[in-house]
Amino acid sequence: MILLALCALLAAASGVPGLWLRAGGGRTACWMLGLAALAGLAAAGLVLGGAPLASQALPHTPLGTPGFLRLDALGAWFLPPVLVLSCCGSVYALGYWGDPREGSRRLRLLFGLTTAAMVVLVAAAQALTFLLAWEVMAVTAFFMVTAEDRDPATRRAGWVYLIATHSGTLCLFAGFGLLAAGSGFLWLPQAPGFAASQRGTAVFLLLLLGFGLKAGIFPLHFWLPVAHAAAPSHVSSFMSGILIKMGILGLLRWLCLVPDPPVWWGALLVALGASSGLLGVAFALAQHDLKRLLAYHSIENIGIILLGLGLGTLGKSTGHPALQLLGYAGALLHVLNHSLFKGLLFLGAGSVLHATGSRDLERMGGLAKAMPFTAGAFLAGSWAICGLPPLNGFVSEWLIYLAAFHGLAFTRSAWSVLSLAALAMIGALAAACFAKVFGVAFLGQPRSPEAAAAVEPPRSMRAPMGFLAGACAAIGVAPALLVPALTRAVASTGLAGTITPRGPGTPGGPGELGNLAHLGILTWIALPLLAGAGLLWAWSRRGVPPRAGLPTWDCGYAAPVPRIQYTASSFADGLVSAMRLVLWPQVRWRRLLGLFPSPRAYSSQVPDPVLDRVAGPGLDLAARALSVLRFFQSGQLPLYLLYILLTLVALLVWMVA
Amino acid sequence: MTDSTLIRSLHVLLHILTALLLPPLIPGLINKVKALVAGRQGPPVLQLYYDLAKLTRKQAVFSRSTTWVFLAGPAAVVAAGLVAALLVPFGHAPAPIHFQGDMILFAYLFGLARFATVLSALDTGSSFEGMGAAREVTFSVLTEPALFLGFAALAKASGSLSLSGMLASPGFAISRATGPLILVLAGWMIVFLTENSRIPVDDPTTHLELTMIHEVMVLDHSGRPLALVLYGASLKLLVLGALIVGPLLPRTSHPGLDWAGFYGAMALLAVAVGLVESCTARLRMNRVPQFLVAGLLATAFAFFLLQA
Repeated sequence: MILLALCALLAAASGVPGLWLRAGGGRTACWMLGLAALAGLAAAGLVLGGAPLASQALPHTPLGTPGFLRLDALGAWFLPPVLVLSCCGSVYALGYWGDPREGSRRLRLLFGLTTAAMVVLVAAAQALTFLLAWEVMAVTAFFMVTAEDRDPATRRAGWVYLIATHSGTLCLFAGFGLLAAGSGFLWLPQAPGFAASQRGTAVFLLLLLGFGLKAGIFPLHFWLPVAHAAAPSHVSSFMSGILIKMGILGLLRWLCLVPDPPVWWGALLVALGASSGLLGVAFALAQHDLKRLLAYHSIENIGIILLGLGLGTLGKSTGHPALQLLGYAGALLHVLNHSLFKGLLFLGAGSVLHATGSRDLERMGGLAKAMPFTAGAFLAGSWAICGLPPLNGFVSEWLIYLAAFHGLAFTRSAWSVLSLAALAMIGALAAACFAKVFGVAFLGQPRSPEAAAAVEPPRSMRAPMGFLAGACAAIGVAPALLVPALTRAVASTGLAGTITPRGPGTPGGPGELGNLAHLGILTWIALPLLAGAGLLWAWSRRGVPPRAGLPTWDCGYAAPVPRIQYTASSFADGLVSAMRLVLWPQVRWRRLLGLFPSPRAYSSQVPDPVLDRVAGPGLDLAARALSVLRFFQSGQLPLYLLYILLTLVALLVWMVA
Repeated sequence: MTDSTLIRSLHVLLHILTALLLPPLIPGLINKVKALVAGRQGPPVLQLYYDLAKLTRKQAVFSRSTTWVFLAGPAAVVAAGLVAALLVPFGHAPAPIHFQGDMILFAYLFGLARFATVLSALDTGSSFEGMGAAREVTFSVLTEPALFLGFAALAKASGSLSLSGMLASPGFAISRATGPLILVLAGWMIVFLTENSRIPVDDPTTHLELTMIHEVMVLDHSGRPLALVLYGASLKLLVLGALIVGPLLPRTSHPGLDWAGFYGAMALLAVAVGLVESCTARLRMNRVPQFLVAGLLATAFAFFLLQA
């Protein structure tokens, strides 16, 4: 526990020395965050390694209730990604947002504060601590998003984020308030039957709304694309990687308290997961802005996590612990994996932005030649996010698939089939999207002078990317190492019984993940796969010395120029126009007329369905309709005094009557 | 005990040899059938073996816009295909590697191969190859769920979560799972034709780059990389073919007969593909998704039938 407190304090203070230091504030912050990470990782390792929980509670009772911080296995599972991404982000900021740049000190301070808030959040043992840390995290994140507040688009993004997060907090206040009316602010397991009651339903829906706004579940996702596009890249990486996962942590905390969730909870989570996943990736496919596209992919991955969560909850409510174990394990592992590869991808996008000064995919191309390291790291991230073996994304999706296949055996298998079909389609769409991103940005020939002049970023920006890519590969190749920790984290969510062995030859045990999913075997498949591909690659390079330096064979056209390459829009056009009823793209072009037509411009973009199509116009309309009420707000003090007097009189009358 | 271990290792050896050596024969058979139906003599059945031998000794040409990704595509396709070949049972003997959930890995290995091919195509910066790559990823969005819904139906019918269990499950032919099985196989046949870029989805022999899918993605490959591409494509025919013929094979008393049955069924499949190609035309590109949706619906109905 001392370790955790030390970790939070060090993280919170990491930006402080930099406020006075003339130079080197960034390095100091990195070292302090590094120490904080060591302390925090040690604490998480102890808890996940099975240290007794009782010794991990704070002896003091600062808020009047015992145990305001308590690191359990579930919280400890969320701690490493927070610290790893925070460290990587602060090292990356050395090169990306270095000292001469305006606001670097402020950003460092906020970065440390957000980290500390999240460290407290994962270990919060009761609602008050949780909400306090939640608000600190939300507000510091707002200031980080608006780091470049001279830009009106950034200011707008910041306001959208602030409104979204505070609406969410409002729901959380209401939900925890309802809960506290029954059992106080301490998180005690609820009595059986509470979940099915009206109050239980209300609490569930309010918390789902509140946490869903943070996590970015589909109709509530609207703040993500604007905020992630506007924030500095290491902040986007931190926010998309782990901050939005705090919504998932909150949902899990609530699900842990309920011994008997009704079946419709799990079903709702699966339905939300499927729609979030499919729509997230569909909208991602239609974007040209690299960071906006990655933000939509976060929505997709939250959908995948929700599918696992929903299947696990279905298992809990129908009394199938195997389903619960696999679903929750898949969801938790995907939380970790997504934080690693999405952090990596945003850092990669930052390097591209740093090198080319643009987020527009159509202005990139051929970057793999100029920035081989960034290209390799970005490819690893793309590979992992598509869930392709042998990287880490595959492992967690595999667990969720397994959960869905297990669910088929039960009578209510409709949700399992829905998850299977959704996951398969999400996988194919994600692969299409990242083939587009990597192919258009890094391969081919440069599409703009800026892309042609790009250079590799400094070492401080390359090192975090390399580390995260290595972590993705390590989890992908040796997932079995995580099984004990994952089993403990899932077990802390309260399994619904012991698992019966399935089929002869598999030893059964209570809550043993390894018996349900043979993760060890993936190692023995990943290694030969990598070795085989490497050998074949080397073999195909050798042989007769190849002729290099010729142009691409463009079917007889001997002078191909970069402009005739397939663009990102045309690559995605088949899928985008097939889904036009959902995506509703805005295409602007004019028909070519005559034998020698004059040049015409063509543009297509897909605005966000919630923010740009519903919330924006809807709120404008509401503001116009409500402007009638301005009549009452004239700005004259006597009039306001009159209102107060009238209210008092009305109250008096009401009290007397 | 030692006796059964010996038989098992013989099975594994035969399986690996089949996966390594048999694939180039299948395109040869298909082309021979097409030629015979068209009244030509056609190339020898072993033509692809000759081609591969020749290509490994030929000089390659690399475009100046390519990077290492260009060569990684073909290498990844063959590596993924070989691993997938170890997961799928050839006939009734279990595959060399089988575990719960191996069908997910199997499907994702093909996803990996597709991703690598597409990147390799985009690496050249050619507009034609970009076009082919875009079509490939577009169609895969419909084939992947069809494959998985088929797995779901077979898992439900056989109670097994492994390819070796669900494909070689006895009693498909006589139980209430017969109808669903036919639907699953029909859906998978569409997946098979699409993934292997055969008529009516794609024409492997067309000479018009604008209408190609798979062939246009490998226009720039030559020499050894092209040899890997061709070998990888034939491997895909074998592996996905084994998925389809597996549940249809009758169970015999002797393992030798089982293997003979498997080889015979693969030959029949090749003949069937050749006949389909001889008597149908390629669909118009905007009709292809409808064809693929038919496959998706077939596998979905199979599942609903089992559910009822």
